[in-house]
Amino acid sequence: MENILEVKNLHVSFDTYGGEVQAVRGVSFDLKKGETLAIVGESGSGKSVTTRALAKLIPSPPGRIKEGEILFEGKDLATLSEREMQKIRGKDISTIFQDPMTSLNPTMKIGTQVMEGLLKHNKISKKEARKRTLELLELVGLPEPEKRIDQYPHQFSGGQRQRIVIAIALACGPKILIADEPTTALDVTIQAQILELMKDIQKKVDSSIIFITHDLGVVANVADRVAVMYAGKIVEIGTADEIFYNPKHPYTWGLLGSMPTLDNEEESLIAIPGSPPDMLNPPIGDAFATRNEYAMEIDFVEQPPMFKVSDTHYAATWLLHEHAPKVEPPLAVQSRMKDNLHANVPEERKKEGDRS
Amino acid sequence: MSNEPNKDLFVMAKDREDTSEKINRPSLTFWQDSWMRLRKNKGALFGMIVLILIVLMAIFGPIFSSHGLDDQDLSLSRMPPKVQGLENFSWLGLDGKNRETFEADTIELAEQRALARFQQPDTEFIEAEVKQEPNNETGELAVVEYAFDKYAAQGVDEYFWFGTDTLGRDLFTRVWLGTRISLLIALVAAFIDMLVGVAYGGISAYFGGRTDTIMQRIIEVLIGIPNLVVVILMIMILDPGIVAIIIALTITGWTGMARIVRGQVLKLKGQEFVLASRTLGASHTRILTKHLIPNTIGLIIINAMFTIPNAIFFEAFLSFIGLGLQAPDTSLGTLINDGFKALQVNPYIMIFPAIVMSLIMIGFNILADGLRDALDPKMRE
Amino acid sequence: MGKYIAKRAGYMLITLFIIATFSFILMKLLPGSPLTAEQKVTAAQRAIIEAKYGLDQPILIQYFKYIGNLVQGDLGVSFQLKNQPVTSILMAGVPVSAQLGIWALFIGTFFGMLLGLLASIKHNTIFDYGANIVSVLGISIPSFIFAGLLQYFVGVKWGLLPIAFWGTPEQMIMPIISLSIFPMAISSRFLRTEMIEVLGSDYMVTAKAKGVSNFALIFKHALRNALIPLITVMGPMAVSLMTGTLVIEQIFSVPGLGEQFTRGVLTNDYSIIMGTTLFFAFFFILVILIIDLLYGIVDPRIRLAGGDD
Repeated sequence: MENILEVKNLHVSFDTYGGEVQAVRGVSFDLKKGETLAIVGESGSGKSVTTRALAKLIPSPPGRIKEGEILFEGKDLATLSEREMQKIRGKDISTIFQDPMTSLNPTMKIGTQVMEGLLKHNKISKKEARKRTLELLELVGLPEPEKRIDQYPHQFSGGQRQRIVIAIALACGPKILIADEPTTALDVTIQAQILELMKDIQKKVDSSIIFITHDLGVVANVADRVAVMYAGKIVEIGTADEIFYNPKHPYTWGLLGSMPTLDNEEESLIAIPGSPPDMLNPPIGDAFATRNEYAMEIDFVEQPPMFKVSDTHYAATWLLHEHAPKVEPPLAVQSRMKDNLHANVPEERKKEGDRS
Repeated sequence: MSNEPNKDLFVMAKDREDTSEKINRPSLTFWQDSWMRLRKNKGALFGMIVLILIVLMAIFGPIFSSHGLDDQDLSLSRMPPKVQGLENFSWLGLDGKNRETFEADTIELAEQRALARFQQPDTEFIEAEVKQEPNNETGELAVVEYAFDKYAAQGVDEYFWFGTDTLGRDLFTRVWLGTRISLLIALVAAFIDMLVGVAYGGISAYFGGRTDTIMQRIIEVLIGIPNLVVVILMIMILDPGIVAIIIALTITGWTGMARIVRGQVLKLKGQEFVLASRTLGASHTRILTKHLIPNTIGLIIINAMFTIPNAIFFEAFLSFIGLGLQAPDTSLGTLINDGFKALQVNPYIMIFPAIVMSLIMIGFNILADGLRDALDPKMRE
Repeated sequence: MGKYIAKRAGYMLITLFIIATFSFILMKLLPGSPLTAEQKVTAAQRAIIEAKYGLDQPILIQYFKYIGNLVQGDLGVSFQLKNQPVTSILMAGVPVSAQLGIWALFIGTFFGMLLGLLASIKHNTIFDYGANIVSVLGISIPSFIFAGLLQYFVGVKWGLLPIAFWGTPEQMIMPIISLSIFPMAISSRFLRTEMIEVLGSDYMVTAKAKGVSNFALIFKHALRNALIPLITVMGPMAVSLMTGTLVIEQIFSVPGLGEQFTRGVLTNDYSIIMGTTLFFAFFFILVILIIDLLYGIVDPRIRLAGGDD
């Protein structure tokens, strides 16, 4: 399939009083047309920064894209001017943010907020824009759009607000839709509704979606491919099946092991010990080494390169090196890998899983 | 790969100390941390140094001067400021000379005016500097600046650093004594505000319920009464004086503090760490002293710091509208007010107390700003 | 909303009532009465005058009469200027003070907002620091000191503008500038803080992600949200303008309320002092009420919270 976006060796840093915080340290991935790529990682792994950098929404100063390319339709977004970016933002690349309570302008009617992008990027009249807005609000499942289009954000619940935010993002039919933890700030029941909506939209519009989350359960639901990020780098990337059934990186094992399952009572959760490194002074070797029970001496000396597992599956761990001792993932993770299929993976994917 | 890593390194790592959880930054107490951040704030530091200098001068300044507060000597009235060592820098205006520019058709006429102005028979003690020669054709006037050495004319050997006022009193002494009174009024007023406000707000919030409701209704009415009105009414009942001004400033001044303390205590009371402490059986005293007070003290200090310049301003303002301190009491406000009466001829009488007062106000305001940033735990990084 | 207005108005009335009662007690406690200025009055004359002003009646009757008069806007008679009702003396000064105050408010907030807006857009640049210093000075240096310096340098030393009186535009410049410094400083500082906060908020990122231009970001999205809280500093501003007019009018000999007041203080004309004080109290409370209501109108969150609930 055709690549719509290629990110090559992206570095993003923030200049703070304490020094340079290297939030993203050489991230490369591509996004294919119509696919959903999930980026998974714990807080501070650089996943949000990466995607904000794509639309150049990093506040600058203090943030800056230090090096790397963001190729979108042949253009390198990293080198575009602010004015040129304004034409791309909202039209070609749009973003859904995490917290619907704060991501809407409290003193502007929601209709106006949805319309704003439409009027900016399309040569249409206000009347047409309003009509289109009503359609969008309908699409995202906001009840009684006619009545509510002229209301202010505080008159909506969190879930409704997130629907509005999604409507804003969808307004101009973007080629790439970035969803930055769109369900994290919501109640569990509302989360499910918004996820359903996202999947629904995935089918209706042909946008490519980058879905950021720290919740593997969500990933299993929506993603075609998964990238696992740790300490500003992608440590493992592959199709959803590869990541769930054949994970190679100990960090991915940790993530899978820390996911609760319903039907395995006797197994306890495996917690990843420690916390992510300080990005002010990233460690020399593998950033995960100090928390990794499978760490080898090499991990403390040199950063592992991306090892190829299959055409679509890569992982950055020395365990895949030919000299490395043979290591199996912990038993709990192994059984969980299989259990996960039955617990969380939807029907259609379960069949694929059986085949592999 | 060109740089094949060393094969020997592919062995399981020995147990290492997990450093990811290690706390790299030194652990600081709240006050150490605040002080560290305050020190980085150049403005606040500047304000603090200025205030310390002014307080020192208010305490010790009058000692340096050989003149008393009320040593009147009409023969020494309106002496311009003169400071040892600065006599040769005329632009500073501290050389003991009155400088004035006169315009007239001829230089002679200008000179006559200057003599009349300085009440001198001849130009023995007057230096002239012609700024512009008269020109009959273009109609330009003669512009001459005359500098009159009053010290020499009256044979005065003393130095009056800030000059003397219309009654011949040394302004240096009076300015610092006035500063002393102004600071005293402001500090006492701020302290009383703090005491009453903290007690009222604390009680209101800690007991809550009906007590809180009634106490809040009272405050809502009091806050509606403009400060200006209260101060004027109080001054009229009481005889103007230091005590009257302090009472006038504090009678409703504490309401702001009470509101802030109440808000903070209410917020803290509902927070988990207080609930946790209560669940563990902590006594009221312990909750108050270990949780509520330490978490409110920053706000109290900041608010008190903003009260002080406000009190200084009000004291001066009252002097200005004739409701302030009466002679012989002196404050910065009365000094500035006196200076205004002589502003056109002897501006220095107003300028020195005005500068000191402005410095105090600036000092307190920027120090309070700095403290607000430093004490706000949300800003900790 | 209606309930809210009623509640606020109720508090306003209680406050006014307390101030009025307080000032009545004060009038009774204070030395002197309309009679003290009269030198030689016989007992008969005194009785006539007392009867005329109702001073022979029981104190409670006097109090109710006083309150009744107040409600009708009658503030009594000046002690010094006989037969001159306080209300008409005050009313002569009000237009002048209002003119001074409104100009100062308008000019001060306009330039203050301009300064604050520029400082927030150019955050952490030399321009921002400069604006910061200006606002610290403006907040710290009392208006009378500024007025004094202005009067001495611009008026006396350089002779550019007249140093006193009111009427011609030249005469109005210095008093207005002196009085506008505080509103300027406070609105600049406030708008800067608010703007910086708003510019860093999530919904600004949402707007930016829509492709909104920088100009529209600031003027369409940020400014309105930053301006709404500015209404809260209108109260302190109104107070500063009131205290400011008292001294500024005295310094520049502007024949407004402030001058009436200081003359009242000098001549012990208590009824003028009380009248002015009550007028100020009424004005201040009214301003606070209007600000409260305005806040409700401008901020949709408050507006609808009041309407729906």
